[in-house]
Amino acid sequence: MHSLTFDVAHLLAGTMLVLSFLLLYQDRVTAVLNVFALQACTLALSVAWQSVAQNAPHLIVTAMVALAVKGFFIPAALHRIVRRLEIHREIEQVLGGGPTMLTGLGLVALSILLVQPVGEGAGIIVREDLAFALAIVLLGMLMMITRRNAVTQIVGFMSLENGLILAATGAKGMPLVVEFSVAFSILIAFIVFGVFVFRIRERFDTVDVSALDSFRGERTEHT
Amino acid sequence: MAMILELALQGAQMLLVVAIAPLVLGVTRKVKARLLARIGPPVIQPYRDIWKLMHKEAVFAHNASWLYRGAPYCIFAVTWVAAALIPTYATGLLFSWSADLIAIVALLGTARFALALAGMDVGTAFGGLGASREMMIASLAEPAMLLIVFTVALVAGTTQLSAIASLFATGSQGLRVSLGLAVFALMFVGIAENARIPIDNPATHLELTMVHEAMVLEYSGRHLAMIEFAAALKLVLYFSLIACLFVPFGMAAGQKTAAALALGLAVWLAKIFALAALLPVGETSVAKMRVFRYPVFLGGAFAAGALAVFLLFVSRGY
Repeated sequence: MHSLTFDVAHLLAGTMLVLSFLLLYQDRVTAVLNVFALQACTLALSVAWQSVAQNAPHLIVTAMVALAVKGFFIPAALHRIVRRLEIHREIEQVLGGGPTMLTGLGLVALSILLVQPVGEGAGIIVREDLAFALAIVLLGMLMMITRRNAVTQIVGFMSLENGLILAATGAKGMPLVVEFSVAFSILIAFIVFGVFVFRIRERFDTVDVSALDSFRGERTEHT
Repeated sequence: MAMILELALQGAQMLLVVAIAPLVLGVTRKVKARLLARIGPPVIQPYRDIWKLMHKEAVFAHNASWLYRGAPYCIFAVTWVAAALIPTYATGLLFSWSADLIAIVALLGTARFALALAGMDVGTAFGGLGASREMMIASLAEPAMLLIVFTVALVAGTTQLSAIASLFATGSQGLRVSLGLAVFALMFVGIAENARIPIDNPATHLELTMVHEAMVLEYSGRHLAMIEFAAALKLVLYFSLIACLFVPFGMAAGQKTAAALALGLAVWLAKIFALAALLPVGETSVAKMRVFRYPVFLGGAFAAGALAVFLLFVSRGY
């Protein structure tokens, strides 16, 4: 009943989800970046497999873009940023490792439950890819919420975008133009983030975004 | 005649796990010593230790109760039953209907309960401390273990080990992330349950971080021998469980010809000793954890188990 096509797609998408959990779990900045690079490479493999499964050669281009930009370029640039900020040895205080993992598991269950009725008519690969992609998006958001270091928040955002690409390639017939524009906007966002991180650092001598809290207007009477 | 043969095969398995348990422990110690650039004791040292302890006088505290005397035998017996039920060299043996994964988890839980009670019986501070830590580890490891059981049972459609092993040996379950996650989680749980390094150090006495040794500190003589033997059996049990669930290849199934049995036995021994050599490699590459990090370590195993169950639900619907 299980074809090899389905099994490999399941394996790759499942590995991406597991790597999302590793991102949540990991508290060393450089290890987070490595896991992120691994997730992007898995995404590239998954997209390449979709191009074989759906007989859609243009997806190979998407896979190449994902591999080059998110598998190599962005992690390398982030490594450089981390070294220049001299936080590569830092161990980040992840807010409540246990509760975060449990919330993450809850989010995965939620996305599975949500996709199950929606994708009833679709093929099993599409349905599964949608469920995994939604879970990865939600886990990326969770990572952005729980982290206080600006660099790992960026990684959370990028892994969220990995989920989006997974969803987009699972559905048939996404035009190549859309993919290019998404990849391009990610690059732009990355540059903006990079500039921001250095600005925050310059201003507050830290990349811990909780330092910004005391500058928010509505909190002034409490502090 | 066939019945007698079946009984003999089952009996051979029961004796085999007991006979081999100290040797497996000896191999892990030897490999670990070699990795630390020491010579290490000979691999048969655990046999000698148990032999020596059996002939020593057992010393009791004044206020030791019957529970203190009985617990070591209970622990040994229960662990032996659990270890003997796991299919080793062949599937479909006479008692394989009773080799249920949940039953094995329950048997191990019973042994742990007896050990914790015995640790608290004399009323020393160390015993109580060890028992409370052991129970903390158990409360974290057991849910993870049950999730692993669910994963395997959902894939195979049964919790009977023998049936699972013969199904997985055919490879009809396909490529599955869930099983990969389950083996990962089972390794974590096995490390915690066998008091191996990131959680507990099996080679220390009188150290503030110890768990298992703290509970058995009062024991001596034949009682200590029973407890040590049970610990060695538990290690073999986990190795066999991993081998039987995740690499069930080469086991004798169906017709039990002499050639198939010999092959099954050789393959099983190879698997067990490969795992016994891999464990110290893992142990020497990590540092011992703080007690407060245990929930994170075992929470990882729990998360992997839960994720494995979820992934199964997506792939097969409801």
